[in-house]
Amino acid sequence: MDGRPTEPGISFTLNGAPVHVSVAPGERLSDTLRERLEARDVKIGCNAGDCGACTVLLDDAPVCACLTTAHQAAGRQVETVAGLTAADPRAQKLARRFEAHGAAQCGICTPGMMVAATALLRTTETPDEAEVETALAGVLCRCTGYRKIIDAVRDAPVRGEPTAIPRVDGAAKTSGAEIFGDDVAPPETLEIALVRSPFPRGAFTFGELDYWCASTPGIAAVLTADDVPGRNLFGVIPGFIDQPVFAVGETRFRGEPVAAVVGAPSTIRAFDPSTFPVAWDEKESVSDPVEACADPAPRLHGGPDGNRMCRGFVACGDVAAALDRADVTVSGRFTTGFVEHAYIEPEAGFARLVDGRLEVFACTQAPVMDLDGLQEILGLEPTQIRIVPTGVGGGFGSKLDLSVQPYLALAALKTGAPVRLTYSRVESMQSTTKRHPAQIDLMIGANKDGLISGMAFSGLFNTGAYASWGPTVANRVPIHASGPYRVADYRAEAQGIYTHNPPAGAFRGFGVPQSGIAQETLFDELAEKVGLDPLEFRLKNVLRNGTPTVCGQVMEAGVGIAACLDALRPAWEKARADAQRFNADAEGPLRRGVGIGVGWYGCGNTSMPNPSTIKAGIRADGTLVLHQGATDIGQGSNTVISQIFARALGVDLTAVQLVGPDTDVTPDAGKTSASRQTFVSGNAARLAGEALRTAILRHVNAAPDATLTTDRGQLTVTDAAGSHTIDTSNLAPDADGFVFRAEESYDPPTQPLDENGQGSPYAQFGYAAQIAIVEVDTRLGTVRPVHIVAAHDVGHAINPLLVEGQVQGGVAQGLGMALMEEYHPGRTENLHDYLIPTIGDVPPIDTLIVEEPDPHGPYGAKGLGEHALIPTAPAILNAISHATGVRVRHVPVTPARLRAALKEAGYA
Amino acid sequence: MPYLAPTSAADALSALAAGGLRVVAGCTDVYPSLRPGDTLDAVLDVSGVSEWRGIKETSDGWRIGAATTWTEIVRAPLPPAFDALKQAAREVGSIQIQNSATLGGNLCNASPAADGVPPLLALEAEVEIASAPEASTRRVPLADFITGVRQVDLAPGELLAAIHIPRDATGGGSAFEKLGARKHLVISIAMVAAVIDCSTSGRIAKARVAVGSCSPVARRLPALETRLIGLSPDDLSDATLEDPVLYAPLAPISDVRGTDAYRRDAVPELCRRAVRAACVED
Repeated sequence: MDGRPTEPGISFTLNGAPVHVSVAPGERLSDTLRERLEARDVKIGCNAGDCGACTVLLDDAPVCACLTTAHQAAGRQVETVAGLTAADPRAQKLARRFEAHGAAQCGICTPGMMVAATALLRTTETPDEAEVETALAGVLCRCTGYRKIIDAVRDAPVRGEPTAIPRVDGAAKTSGAEIFGDDVAPPETLEIALVRSPFPRGAFTFGELDYWCASTPGIAAVLTADDVPGRNLFGVIPGFIDQPVFAVGETRFRGEPVAAVVGAPSTIRAFDPSTFPVAWDEKESVSDPVEACADPAPRLHGGPDGNRMCRGFVACGDVAAALDRADVTVSGRFTTGFVEHAYIEPEAGFARLVDGRLEVFACTQAPVMDLDGLQEILGLEPTQIRIVPTGVGGGFGSKLDLSVQPYLALAALKTGAPVRLTYSRVESMQSTTKRHPAQIDLMIGANKDGLISGMAFSGLFNTGAYASWGPTVANRVPIHASGPYRVADYRAEAQGIYTHNPPAGAFRGFGVPQSGIAQETLFDELAEKVGLDPLEFRLKNVLRNGTPTVCGQVMEAGVGIAACLDALRPAWEKARADAQRFNADAEGPLRRGVGIGVGWYGCGNTSMPNPSTIKAGIRADGTLVLHQGATDIGQGSNTVISQIFARALGVDLTAVQLVGPDTDVTPDAGKTSASRQTFVSGNAARLAGEALRTAILRHVNAAPDATLTTDRGQLTVTDAAGSHTIDTSNLAPDADGFVFRAEESYDPPTQPLDENGQGSPYAQFGYAAQIAIVEVDTRLGTVRPVHIVAAHDVGHAINPLLVEGQVQGGVAQGLGMALMEEYHPGRTENLHDYLIPTIGDVPPIDTLIVEEPDPHGPYGAKGLGEHALIPTAPAILNAISHATGVRVRHVPVTPARLRAALKEAGYA
Repeated sequence: MPYLAPTSAADALSALAAGGLRVVAGCTDVYPSLRPGDTLDAVLDVSGVSEWRGIKETSDGWRIGAATTWTEIVRAPLPPAFDALKQAAREVGSIQIQNSATLGGNLCNASPAADGVPPLLALEAEVEIASAPEASTRRVPLADFITGVRQVDLAPGELLAAIHIPRDATGGGSAFEKLGARKHLVISIAMVAAVIDCSTSGRIAKARVAVGSCSPVARRLPALETRLIGLSPDDLSDATLEDPVLYAPLAPISDVRGTDAYRRDAVPELCRRAVRAACVED
C-alpha cells in the first residue's frame, strides 16, 4: 500500500502464525495488517483512537492498531478478531453470545468490541457490569445502544420467543469477515484524494492542472467539473437536484470538493491538498437561517424565494379561534443543533470497469438511487452501470445520498483502472449530510379539562448548501408536529433554508425529532397548567382508531399510542414516586426526575409511490433463493424480510438462501429509509412467498393448507390427500435458473395532500412512548440518565430481538441528541470533539413491545427505525425539568447550558 | 528516513543528537495530529528504552520513567498520594490508549487538557531532561517545564527522560475530579487534582490543588491551598471556597466543551469534591 522505501522488514506473530513484512517507517499497524497482510477484519473508523474499531491485542493487551506503529509490533504477538474467533474458545463462545443477543447490528464496531471483550474475559471470567463498561469504553457503537453488548459479554439470559431469532448474517459480523466499503479493493489499487474548499464560501481558480498532473510523480489523473461527462449535479428529490459533483467557480460549504487527484496509494497518502494548484478567495457567507432569509444575505442558488428552498404546510380547523378560546396556552422558541450521523464506517468504496461496464462497490442505503444518480452524472445508460452494495457500517440516513460513488465512477472511467476511495473521518464529518438544525416557534392551547385547543407551529430548518432531503423534512414536519394527538385546530409551516453549511439531509426521523422536542416539552407545561399528570394529559388527547389526524386522515385500526401509554403507566407511577422520595431525602446536589416523551412516524414516502419488489425462486438443484434488495444497514432487513418470506411460503427460515441488493440481479426494494423496509419490502416478500407457494402447490394440485418442506433438492408437499415429492432437477429452469419463481411488488396506498396538507400521506404510522429517569447534578449541570422504559407499537413484532435492538439504538441516539451532540463546522470534525454516547452513557433500557396490528402491514407489522429515537430527547428534557423545575429550550443540554439555566432559576 | 527504536538511553540520545528525528513513544497523540499528506517518518521511538520505563522508589522519592504507560501507573503499588494520578490514568482515553500512551508523551504534548498534569503538579513533580552525552541531565519543576499550549522547555537534542516525585510530596491522600460531557473518552471541561494531608485531628494540614483545562497550562492554586489549611473537610461550604481570588491563576476560555463562565463556576465545586475525597481516602 505504501511504496516508500522500506527497511528489511519486521517479524511478528499474527494470530498464532509468524509473519515477516516490509513496512514504511511510521506506518500504522492497522495499515500493515489490512493492506500488507490481508487482515481486513481490522476496521478503521477514525484513525485517531477515538472509536476503537481497530482494536487488536498486542501481547494480550488491547491497543488501537491505528495508533500503533508497525515497528512496535516487531517480535510480539498480534491477535485480531478473525484469529480470536478462529482459535480462542472464549472468543468463539462470545461470538455466539453476540449473535444470540443481537449485540452486532451493522457490525463495523464488532471486531473492536469482540477483541476488547475477549481481553477482559481472559482475565475475568465473570465480569460485573462495571468491569465490562471499563473494558469496552474505548469502542464506540452507534447502532446498538450498548446494552446488548453488555448482556452478551456477561452471558445474560436471551429473549425466549421463537421468532426472536439471531440475525441470519451475524456470524460474518462477529468474525470480522463481513466486507464493508473499504474492504473490497485489492492492495495497490489506485486511490483518490479530494481537494476541498477551505472556506464556507470561496471563489477559486485552478492553475496549470495538466502540467501539475504530468509533473507530479505517481499522479494518474486529475478530475474537475470539466471531466463530468453528464450533468454535474446530483440530489435525491426531483426538482431539487442541486449539488455539483465538483463545485464550479465558487463553493458553498467548507469541505466541498473542487477536484480529485487519482494516484498510487503512496502518492495519495503523501498528498498535501495545499500543494494543489488552486487559488482561493474567501467570500462573505451566511450560516444562520434567519440571517440567510434577511435581504442583504448572499444567495446560494437562484430561484424566486432567495435562500428559502421550500415550504411544507398543514392546516385544519381555525387555530386562531381555538387558541383564543383556550383556557391556558403555552409557547416557546426551541432550537436544535446540527447532529452528525457518526456511523463508525466512513464512506468508502471501489470501482472498476468490467468489459466496458462500470461496477461500483460502496456502502449505501439506496443502490438503485445510486444508479439513477450516476447515470445522470456519467451520461451513461443504466445498463452500463452495476451497483453492488457492500456491508454498511451504519447509515441512519446519510448513506442515502451519493458520497464517494461519483468520484469512484469518474476516476475509473478516466483511468480505465480500478480505483478506491475512503473518506477520512474529518472528510466524512465535514462533507456528508447532517440532521437539520431547527428553530421552532410553537404555541399550544388547552381547555381547563386538558383537551388541546389549537396548535400553531412554525419552523426554520437549516438545510445547508444543498437540498438533499431538506424538502422531505419540510414536508414531514408539519404532518408530524402535532404528535399522535387529536388536534382539531392546527397550523404548521416548516421551511427549508439554504446556508453555507454542509448539507443537512436525512437522519433518522427527518425533522420529526426536532419538532417532537418542542411539542412534547410544551405538553408537559400544559399538563402542569391544567393540573394533570403528564401521562394522563397525553392519554386524554391521543389519537385513537377513527379519530382524524391533522391531515384529516382517519385510521380505523392500528392506532396504538394509547396502548403504549397504558403499558408505561406502572413504570411511570413507580418511577415518579421513587423520584419524589429521592428528592425529599436529598441533601446534596443530586435530584432525580422522570419524564415522558411520545412520538409517531409515518412509514414510507410522504404521499408518493415507493414500491418494493421482491423476487424469489427455486433452482433446479432445489435451492430456495430470496433476492432480498432491502439494504441491511444493521437494522436487520436480511433477517426480517427472510422471516416474512419464509412464513408466507411456509418453510423453515434455514431453507432460505439470500442474494443481496446487487442491481444486476436483484429487483429494487427501494431505499432503506423512512422506516419502510419491514412494512413495504416486507409486504412484497409476503406476496412473493405466497405467490411462490401457490405456484408450487398448483404444480401438484395440493390443498392450500399443505405443508412444504425442502430437503437436499427435493421439494415435498403434504396435504390431507397425501405427500407429493417434486424432483426439481427434472424441471426446466428459466433464464434465472429457477424452476419455480415469483416476483411481487408492493406500494403503500396513500393519497396526495391538498394545499392545506389534507389527505392520507401514509398508509401506516408507528407509535412510541418512552419514560426517561435521570439524575441531575444541580451544582455542575451534568445529567446522568438512570433508566429508560420504551413502549413501542410495532403492530406485530416479526422479530422481537431486532425490535429491541432498534429501540435501544434509537434511544442511545436520542440521548446523544438531548445531552451532548452538536456539530460545529470546522470545529468538531472528529469523534473526540463531536461526542456521541459511550458505553457508560446509556442506561438500562426496558423495551415494552405493544402490538396493535396494522391493516396494511405484513402480518400486521409496522416500521420502527425512526420511531425509536423520536420520544427520547423530549423524555429526557421533561425528566430534567421534573428533577429541577428548569426548562432548557436548546439541545443539546450540555452541562454548561443546564448549569446556566439552573443558576438563573436560583440554584446555588 | 529510518525508524529507530533504540533500547538504551545512550543510543537514543546519540541518535537524537544527530538531529532530524521526531521523538515518539505511545504515538496516541502524534498520529491524530498528522495533517493530510503528513506521514510519520524519521522516527525515534523511545518506548523501548529501558532506562526510561517503569516506576522506582528512590532515596528521595519516586522516579517514573517518561515512557511508562498509564496502565503501568494504574497497576503499580504506590502510596495514596498517587491515587489522583491513578484516577487520572484511568481517564486517559480508554484502556487501549492507556496501554500505549506514556506519561512523558502526555507532558510533552502539552495540551491544556492533559489529564496527567494536574495530579503531577499536585505531587510537586520535577522532570528529568536528558541529552547526549548521557551523563548530562537537568531537572526542572513540572510547572516550569510546560511553558504554554503545546510548548515545553526542551532544547534540540534534549528529551524528557523521567518524572520525579519528591518524598515530601507523597504524604496524605489524593483525589482527581474530571468534568466532561460524557462518561468515557472525553476531553475534560475542567479537572482538579488534590493531594491533602489531614491525618492529624481530621483537619487539613497540607494541601496541594491543581486545575487543568482552565488555563493554557494546568495551574496550582496557592491561595486556595493556604485557605484550606486548618479546615476540616466538612467546613468546605460554598462561602469558604467561592472567593474568586482563590482561583486567580486560572484563565478559562469558552470553547465547544463549555463557556469560561461555566468553568469558573464549576472549578470551586470540583475543588471541594476533590479535597473531600482526598481526605476520605487518607
